[in-house]
Amino acid sequence: MTPPAVQLTDVVKAFGDLVAVDHLNLTVSPGTCLGLLGPNGAGKSTTMRLLTAQAIADSGSITVLGWSVPKESKQARARMGVVPQRDNLDEQLTCAANLLAYAALYRIPRSDRPAAVQRSLVTAGLESRANTTVEKLSGGMRRRLLIARGLIHNPDLVLLDEPTVGLDPQVRAELWSVVDQLRNSGVTIVMSTHYIEEAELLSDDVAIMSHGRVIAQGPPHELLALHAGNQAAEYYGPPDRLNDIERRAHEHGLITRRSGPCVSVLRSEAAPSDVLTALGDPAFRPATLEDVFVLLTGEVLD
Amino acid sequence: MGKIDIEIGAIAAIWVRNWLLFKRYWKPTSFSAITEPTVFLLALGLGLGAFITPLDGISYVQFVGTGSVASAALFASVFPGMFNTFVARVFQHSYEGILATPISVREVVVGEATWIGFKAGIYACAPIVITVIFFGLAVNPAMLIIPLVALITGLGFAFFGIWISGVVRNIESFQYVTSALVTPLFLVSGTFFPLNNLPTWALTIAQINPLYHCVQLVRDASFTGLDWADLGHAAFLVGFAVVMAAVAIPRMRSRLIE
Repeated sequence: MTPPAVQLTDVVKAFGDLVAVDHLNLTVSPGTCLGLLGPNGAGKSTTMRLLTAQAIADSGSITVLGWSVPKESKQARARMGVVPQRDNLDEQLTCAANLLAYAALYRIPRSDRPAAVQRSLVTAGLESRANTTVEKLSGGMRRRLLIARGLIHNPDLVLLDEPTVGLDPQVRAELWSVVDQLRNSGVTIVMSTHYIEEAELLSDDVAIMSHGRVIAQGPPHELLALHAGNQAAEYYGPPDRLNDIERRAHEHGLITRRSGPCVSVLRSEAAPSDVLTALGDPAFRPATLEDVFVLLTGEVLD
Repeated sequence: MGKIDIEIGAIAAIWVRNWLLFKRYWKPTSFSAITEPTVFLLALGLGLGAFITPLDGISYVQFVGTGSVASAALFASVFPGMFNTFVARVFQHSYEGILATPISVREVVVGEATWIGFKAGIYACAPIVITVIFFGLAVNPAMLIIPLVALITGLGFAFFGIWISGVVRNIESFQYVTSALVTPLFLVSGTFFPLNNLPTWALTIAQINPLYHCVQLVRDASFTGLDWADLGHAAFLVGFAVVMAAVAIPRMRSRLIE
């Protein structure tokens, strides 16, 4: 059996009274993309920092690419690329110079650095911006450059910490295609996100995090089938009517989810049609990971 | 201090990044490093120096010109150590990025300090060069150690600045350090006046000032030649750098690793 690319076993990390990561167990298979899905404060970024040894676990064990972290974190980081949530590019430098600096930090031999920089610029679609200083780049370009920087040494594992947070939908879609290419190239990816669509689209496995724990992990379609079924029946109306629909649905043993002016009856494909129509005039939609997330955590994502 | 685990390749990588950054701003930095002592020494030489009799047979402008190596090394190291490191850590989050690569906190601190110390070693030679060119300071082979003396002095103050950058909560707090520590160090170093006439207690304090030892080494190299006492001055500067490294590294680790 192939050893996991990443394994966290019973990991705890607290900051004073706040337990950011609470007995976390997580396994990532080589060559897969794991989406860490959870709201702000779920412990995703702390988990990422634990993997790079920029946060040290209070207890538990962490293995990355076969190296024990934090003890052997330098060896692990040599084969790992990190795309941080926070933009920390050197603004005064050009795109090429930023990449060149990281080529050195990743110990790419000097003679190979120009080719590595060029390859990364191509990956990010920034060839024409090689000599542009970072301060002149758009938000999307900066984010692409961050990804290119994390890939400059052809890592075996890439950590993407909220790769598209704060970007507009068009730029987000552009970045998704970059991540998708990376995923198809066989690199192992751990991607934290609080965007359901992003996790669903790019991840082979999704780990749903809440309050520092993984409360469910599996391929998106399996999580859906297990927790939310195939489709949901939506009912709209004023709050009093929605309360009534929820109450009556629960009397029939149905699972519901409330969101704004709507109540969704989950697993509606398994519910008797006369019950569904008795509740009102339903609109059917496919079940989503968001349904799974809300059901499991009781929390709502942005 | 535990095991000293520093890879030369990691230090070189930090230097590559700093070199790339330096290439963007070397002109204003170098202009300032050369122009300030030039103007300063010209003012002293043509102005104040005319009213002061030679000190131990040394013209006042040569006395200050050689002593200014220490203050130039101080300013070229302590301020980058404090401000650049603070900005890189707190505002630019540069070290977060670097620590995601196979570089340790120890290597970051040593890489930054050696880079700053190296630059200080070069820039601090400006007053000597100016004193030689404009004020007739005779060149002798012992003066070849001056860049090294300035480098070691700069290294110690770079570590000191990095340590302070890890201690303060905000960038404004550097003003306390500058006023209460850096300025007195600079003034009571023997750069502007001989320390022999100070009260004993003041002389004792001056002798734990690294700049005093730097000044003594540079003056001995420039005027009288080096002797065994200079080994003590050099040892003090090396010791200062080691002690400052020993406090700066854990301080930065506590700031960078959660």
